[in-house]
Amino acid sequence: MERPLTEHIKNDGSVLSLKEYEAAGGYQALRKALKMTPQEVMQMVKDSNLRGRGGAGFPTGMKWSFVPMGDHAPHPKYIVANGDEMEPGTFKDRVLLEGNPHQLIEGMIISAYAIQADISYIFLRWAYHEAAKRVKNAIQEAYGAGYLGKKIAGSDYSVEMHLHTSVGRYMCGEETALLNALEGKRANPRSKPPFPQVSGLFGKPTIVNNVETFSNIAHIIDKGVEWYKALSKSPDGGGTKLYGVSGHVKKPAIWELPLGVSLRELIEEHAGGMMDGYKFRAALPGGASTDFLTEEHLDVAMDFTNTMKAGSRMGTGTVIVLDDKTCPVGMVFNLEKFFAQESCGWCTPCREGLPWTAKILDAIEHGRGMMNQLDILSFETVYMAPGNTFCALAPGAMEPLQSALKYFREDFERHIKEHKCPWD
Amino acid sequence: MPLGLIMAKIFVDNIEYEVPDGKNLLEVCLSLGFNLTYFCWHPAMHSVGACRQCGVVNFKDENDKRGRLVMACMQAATNGIRISIEDPRAHAFRAGNIEALMLNHPHDCPVCDEGGECHLQDMTLMSGHNYRRNTFKKRTHYNQYLGPFINHEMNRCIQCYRCVRFYNDYAGGKDFAVFAAHDDVYFGRQEEGALENEFSGNLVEVCPTGVFTDKVLRKHYTRKWDLTSAPSVCHQCSLGCNILASERYGGIRRILTRYNGDVNGYFICDRGRFGYEYANSDKRIKQALKKSGNTLQHLSKDSALQEIKDFIFSGKNIIGIGSPRASLESNFMLKELVGENNFYGGIPKQESALISQAISILHQGKVKTPSLKEVESYDAVLILGEDITNTAPMLALAVRQAAKNKPREKAYALKIPHWDDAAVREIVQGEIGPVYLLTTHHTKLDEISTKSQYTTPDDIARAGFSIAQQINHSLPTVDTADDAMQAFVAAVARDLLNAKRPLVISGTSLFSSSVIQAAANIAYALKDSGKDAGLVYAVPEVNSTGMSMMASKDLDDAIARANEGGIDALIITENDLYYRIEKNKADDFLKNCGHVLVLENLQNETTAKADYVLPAGTFAESTGTVVNNEGRAQRFYQVYKPSNDICSSWEWLNEFRNSVSDTYAENFDAVVDEMVKRYPDLQKVKFAAPDANFRKGTQKIPRETARYSGRTAMLANINVSEPKPPVDKDSPLSFTMEGYQGIPPSADIPFFWSPGWNSVQSINRYQTEVGGSLHGGNPGVRLLEPSEENKSGYFDKIPERFTKKEGEWWIIPFYHIYGSDELSVKGPALAERIPSAYISMNEKDLNKNNLREGDKVTISFSGDKINVPVKEENTLPDGVAGLPKGFEGLTGVQFPFWGKITKV
Repeated sequence: MERPLTEHIKNDGSVLSLKEYEAAGGYQALRKALKMTPQEVMQMVKDSNLRGRGGAGFPTGMKWSFVPMGDHAPHPKYIVANGDEMEPGTFKDRVLLEGNPHQLIEGMIISAYAIQADISYIFLRWAYHEAAKRVKNAIQEAYGAGYLGKKIAGSDYSVEMHLHTSVGRYMCGEETALLNALEGKRANPRSKPPFPQVSGLFGKPTIVNNVETFSNIAHIIDKGVEWYKALSKSPDGGGTKLYGVSGHVKKPAIWELPLGVSLRELIEEHAGGMMDGYKFRAALPGGASTDFLTEEHLDVAMDFTNTMKAGSRMGTGTVIVLDDKTCPVGMVFNLEKFFAQESCGWCTPCREGLPWTAKILDAIEHGRGMMNQLDILSFETVYMAPGNTFCALAPGAMEPLQSALKYFREDFERHIKEHKCPWD
Repeated sequence: MPLGLIMAKIFVDNIEYEVPDGKNLLEVCLSLGFNLTYFCWHPAMHSVGACRQCGVVNFKDENDKRGRLVMACMQAATNGIRISIEDPRAHAFRAGNIEALMLNHPHDCPVCDEGGECHLQDMTLMSGHNYRRNTFKKRTHYNQYLGPFINHEMNRCIQCYRCVRFYNDYAGGKDFAVFAAHDDVYFGRQEEGALENEFSGNLVEVCPTGVFTDKVLRKHYTRKWDLTSAPSVCHQCSLGCNILASERYGGIRRILTRYNGDVNGYFICDRGRFGYEYANSDKRIKQALKKSGNTLQHLSKDSALQEIKDFIFSGKNIIGIGSPRASLESNFMLKELVGENNFYGGIPKQESALISQAISILHQGKVKTPSLKEVESYDAVLILGEDITNTAPMLALAVRQAAKNKPREKAYALKIPHWDDAAVREIVQGEIGPVYLLTTHHTKLDEISTKSQYTTPDDIARAGFSIAQQINHSLPTVDTADDAMQAFVAAVARDLLNAKRPLVISGTSLFSSSVIQAAANIAYALKDSGKDAGLVYAVPEVNSTGMSMMASKDLDDAIARANEGGIDALIITENDLYYRIEKNKADDFLKNCGHVLVLENLQNETTAKADYVLPAGTFAESTGTVVNNEGRAQRFYQVYKPSNDICSSWEWLNEFRNSVSDTYAENFDAVVDEMVKRYPDLQKVKFAAPDANFRKGTQKIPRETARYSGRTAMLANINVSEPKPPVDKDSPLSFTMEGYQGIPPSADIPFFWSPGWNSVQSINRYQTEVGGSLHGGNPGVRLLEPSEENKSGYFDKIPERFTKKEGEWWIIPFYHIYGSDELSVKGPALAERIPSAYISMNEKDLNKNNLREGDKVTISFSGDKINVPVKEENTLPDGVAGLPKGFEGLTGVQFPFWGKITKV
């Protein structure tokens, strides 16, 4: 099984240097791309069926195709790597950032070339101090080797790259809020249209992609579309995917696997099954803002379409497992507290609805709940449905809650009837 | 963006409506009269989609039964769109949203100043939310001291973001922001202190609930429904912003914006809003006074009329001094009383000549002067010599909007509608202009200028003539001071010519006719180049234009005549000579005039010298017409009948005319009729507002709301019988709560209210479409239209370059929104904001004279001496110093002048 994204990441946790990266074939794809036209590069990415790895799964090549091209296109154009990985349970980008930053940088340069961007940014989560150090160093190495700056790698193309370490808001993972933060403004989401491809950073055409998405690009260019598509088990999109499992499993970790492996395979094979004495109850398949899937969904393929069919989303592909010894109400309370805290405060449902939800869950979890509060919680999941809020934060926050109310209603009721958490 | 040209058919709850294309669903629904709830959307600031209160269900087509919830404010009202306001899901969502807002909103309505006119109360009722399910504690905040104007109560905040959008994005404020995140979002200043922006008072109206409330009102608080209100016109500068003035217990309680789609729109400045307190001053003259020795004695109205008739009007040679802060009618009645040859405008010759020149250019020239609201629509602006933030504040606010027009074209090119405010801003990225400023020193609008250049008044004029020459090469060339100015002139000429609608703004504040002429030349040249150019002049006072249209002679002429002797009596109407001219000059003049009768609002130096003083009404107790800088005649109405002898000056003068010549105008309309007969230029004044006979059906328009309380009780300590309401023979308004309860004619709106809409948001119901004109057209009539044949022609008197004088400074006026206006400074709240007096000069001049900032200096000029500390202002040209106009101790100074400055 091929693992292009992680195969060169060292087991000792140290970073792949430029030399090591080049020795492994690094920056050959860039040289190849620079000999192609930007349109050809973009077409390859389109054909590869690469879909965004940040959670929404939007086809990457199509996203790029909205960028104005040609002599009259506005400049500077920007390309931004979204490395603000703050989704609870998600730590896949960290592996790529710390282990192989040049893979990201090369992917970004090729992507920049494809849309003829002039400036690129890596927007990094504040807590990723080690990644920041390594990325910064890698950018310097890339500048030193002539892969960044003026007329890169002997071509006529120039592109700059900067690392921006954020101050730590989950909200910055939303691409337009990220752009606001990068401009030095409040990290509130922007209204769309205009889409960033047309008017993004500082009002100029901008592409924002996830770290993992960019990390795929060099491989697509290097080994071709057919090879890339064949990596996937799913008709949903090409390539491999970084999957992770956390919770009370034997071996919580991150693995690079073909897109579309089943939830069962992830948990039972790769994560080694449940820890002794724990039984699987449910899982959030793609991070904190996805709906619970239960035992009946274990054979669902972890791709965009099938997880949706099962009533959830693939999200970031990092599974959080709920077992029988952990209180589901406590878990959801913990998540909602996080989301309430991370609301930017722009729109009413999110700003007011999430804290109320969290307070109610707090009350229920700690034995102070009332039955009518379950109705309120149900109402909140409708109130904060997609489209009702300004961005996807609150609807995402409602996904674990609405599925918890569906699958664990009895547990909620027991908390209220018994005036305590049955797991305490 | 051309709006309203194409119509779209939309379906609201399956009923078809035809609406103007290019608007959003919320404004369209409100214009159609639907009760749809909203908070963050504001008709002047448009949509951002933050509050989510205007949710409606949108259906793909007639077969779509599911639909999806959309925010009406963020959705274009495109042809064929189908929405439901009444869909149960939409109802539940809107009620749920209110429930969410109420989680932290305190239930303190009974003690909240906003209560009874709270948009949040209205929307809560409208949404149907009433039962509280929340059992948790509410979040609390600390409040801030925000200065004398605005009270802060953050606990009430529902985070609609309107305040910060108005204060920062619309009005250009820099000392206010949104802090923190999630449900802890906080709107305020970085640290406590007075809000610095000149338009901060609008937060009171912009805030949908009681976070920002009127602190001056709080000192003498009255609920909206208990106020007696009248449509009025702000008297604190020349722009004539429309206001609603409200009274209870014989005092003005507050001023609100009176929407006028042609003038001030939804906003007014802080001088206008909080500068009314002089009307309540304990220095008000409330009864007739008679000089007795060194004091003034009270006199009853009847004996005053009799005595004054005998004492003043027994003389043969009586002259009258009018006033630019008195109404047309009061000036006219004075003129009638003393006779054409004996009437003098109440301002010195220099100022009078400037105003007359501005009027003549607007009337005889070929360039239109736009209304204040129209100023917002120009796409390039040049300001010549005028510090409009301080001389005509709302004009500065309009220019700040105009500065956004050109950059916004980028958004429109991307098909982003103008109302999608956040998106437009993202695309524009703070780009502004072109706005060029040519002033004597740094002014606040430099914040938004493409380029500012500072020089002396004469050199401003020269640069102006040079710009005109660069636009119209047939004009004589003028060399400018240096390369920088040359480059500036070229850039201005280029950008004005590149614009579709260039606007030139100037005014009388520098006392330079050359500057006024240069501005006219630029506007004429632009017009000759085929541009839809505009020209605006700011003038000093509320009725400077109106009085000047009537007065052929000025104060200096009166002084000259008095010097010749033979004057038996002098009548001064609402004018403090000591404010206008130097003390010695005023003293001599009063001495030379025999007996002196003064009609005045407040005690001042002039009334102290008068033989008789009559209590004249301010805007609060008078009815009249004033003409703004645009030449727009606007009616203001008496707010309440005072219990004392205060009345409009024209009423007093009418009484005297009756006793002297047996001619009596029966009421206000009769005065207007006489006036327009005498002055054909004022013909249209008759149509500034409906006459006193106007009735809706048979009813007058009540100044009091239907819920007005205490009519009997408030005077029960004096008499338990309910008094007969006073009669208003001068207007179609009544002093009661009875009368027509619908929408009155646009000039006669005493308050905004509509069923379900108790806050100022009820303005929506008074407009033909939201943000458009009031039903029946916006009030006011324009008296000055440009002449087709351009009788004015280009000006060719170009001033010499300014030359410094060794040992002396050319002292020019500096203006302050708080401090440079005669009456507003008499109110305690506004007085708190007046800086102390100073004289400014640049660092080079300071060093040359061994001065440091803060040093006390003596300014000596033509026999006078003034002591003030010195301040550094490095943008001032060499040899030029700036002295605040109108400050206490500095009134009567005739600017500009040469003065010596020595260290004390």
